[in-house]
Amino acid sequence: MRNIWTICRKELGSYFVSPIAYGLLAVFAVAFGFFFWNALNYFVLAGLEMQLRGESIPMNLNEEIVRPLLSDAGFVFLLLIPFVTMRLFAEEKRTGTIELLATSPIRDVEIILGKWLAALVLYASLLLFTALNFAWLFVYGKPDWKPLLVGYLGLLLQGGLLLAIGSFISTLTRNQIIAGAATFGLFILLWVLDWVTGYDSATWSTVLGYLCVLTHFNSFARGVIDTKDVVFYLSGIFLGLFATARSLESLRWRS
Amino acid sequence: MIAVKELTKRYARTVAVDQISFSVEKGQIVGFLGPNGAGKTTTMRVLTCFLPPSAGTATVAGFDVLEQPREVKRRIGYLPEAPPLYPEMATTEYLRFVGKLKGLSGAELDKRVDYVCGRCFISDVKRKLLGKLSKGYRQRVGLAQAIIHNPEVLILDEPTAGLDPKQINETRDLIRSLAGDHTIILSTHILPEVEQTCEQVIIINKGKLVATDSVHNLQARTRGVESVLIEVAGRAGALASEAVQQKLEQVPGVAKVVRRDARDQRLIFEVESQKGQLVRGDLARAVVASGWDLNELRAAGMSLEEIFLELTGSETAAEARDRAEQPAKPDETTPTTSEPQP
Repeated sequence: MRNIWTICRKELGSYFVSPIAYGLLAVFAVAFGFFFWNALNYFVLAGLEMQLRGESIPMNLNEEIVRPLLSDAGFVFLLLIPFVTMRLFAEEKRTGTIELLATSPIRDVEIILGKWLAALVLYASLLLFTALNFAWLFVYGKPDWKPLLVGYLGLLLQGGLLLAIGSFISTLTRNQIIAGAATFGLFILLWVLDWVTGYDSATWSTVLGYLCVLTHFNSFARGVIDTKDVVFYLSGIFLGLFATARSLESLRWRS
Repeated sequence: MIAVKELTKRYARTVAVDQISFSVEKGQIVGFLGPNGAGKTTTMRVLTCFLPPSAGTATVAGFDVLEQPREVKRRIGYLPEAPPLYPEMATTEYLRFVGKLKGLSGAELDKRVDYVCGRCFISDVKRKLLGKLSKGYRQRVGLAQAIIHNPEVLILDEPTAGLDPKQINETRDLIRSLAGDHTIILSTHILPEVEQTCEQVIIINKGKLVATDSVHNLQARTRGVESVLIEVAGRAGALASEAVQQKLEQVPGVAKVVRRDARDQRLIFEVESQKGQLVRGDLARAVVASGWDLNELRAAGMSLEEIFLELTGSETAAEARDRAEQPAKPDETTPTTSEPQP
């Protein structure tokens, strides 16, 4: 446990001392800020139109702004997370610092969990930026906060899964660019997998559709905690970290 | 302290280490010598539990590297060929991190960090980022992290590679000063380094053990021939070189006398004895009896380089001698470069 914390602290230091964290935060803040501004403008415009026409269908902040924005955030993270994970192990392998970790009296699992947790903390700090935007909704309106929290839980789970997959890919190479590109490609695939369910309902397409990371988030975005989706994410995280551990171990046998 | 038995390490296509056996006693400082690619690093990586052996066993302080790696790792300080530094960390921050990894904490950690900073002369760069340090400092920080948890065994992979001559000397002194408290294995392909730093030497070539002995014994074993440098001067005025040479050649047991440098004003000769003969005493007596001054007389000793080449057989001994007679370069004397200079 102590070792996990030691590794995690060191990794966080690396993220926040180098420009990585700030670059990601800046890019994400701008992108999400634009989404938010866009959604808000649309919402306000729609409200005005309705008033002009004299209709009074109640408009829901959660349905109109929070839910689509959470889904958008999930998608943006799909594109950003490769930049968080690509260096995790690839860099240690390139500079040889992996030898220091591997010859210290700590377990591989502790190294992996420490690194994954640090990446998760960085990811969570990105999520905080979205909270800054959503805070304005609470200042000027009365959105329901419970679905929002559930949405964040979903984003955390989805992020955890993507980070686990990314760290596995990072163990496969000593080149950060390759690790990043491969992770990016795989994530894109995981995003579009459910398209096949649109025109085919055979078993294989159902399976492929199930593997699509983003669709499992939909229930969370609606404010529903679906056990099925929680299980999907948790088992995915476990599988990703397990694969990372095996890959790290195999380095020693192959090298 | 360290026992290696018939250790073999195979990679996909090559055998990097082939049935090597040796042992190292507590408190010893051992040189691990071999040309590049001989299997030094691989052996060290097995000892540090970074790589598992393909066959054979290796134990450190009684713990097997395969069975109880954590116990072994606790007792080993390891400096890989490239110091494992994180460029974005400051020196003390890094040493504290490594200390924690090795199981130190609290006041003990503070104490050890201070201690190794003093010991390795890096106190003046405590707050600097590791990425900004010069090569010499990086190497010393690498050494500092290796000894941070006061390990029983220190394994240093080419600790002086890439340093300038002054830094090399400093690093060697530092390593020698550590020898009392730790058992040290250091690898190198630079022969004088072993002569200067180590008590024992283990020579490997192409993955096979070539020799393991004390530096002193090894020199005696391969030689059996005494090699002496002698400087003679006349009492009054210059002395004929030929006369002295003749006189020296007549001393019983002398095999060969060579004037070292004809352009030199001083008369310095290299005398080689016949096998098993000790000639120093007789040489001195002969010079004095002739009424000359004996300015200097010392054993030249066969350099490890010659021994090494003889043992690994990559060059004939004669060629090795030619090479040895070349003015010694301060460092980077790679023994494997074939073709002796003209």
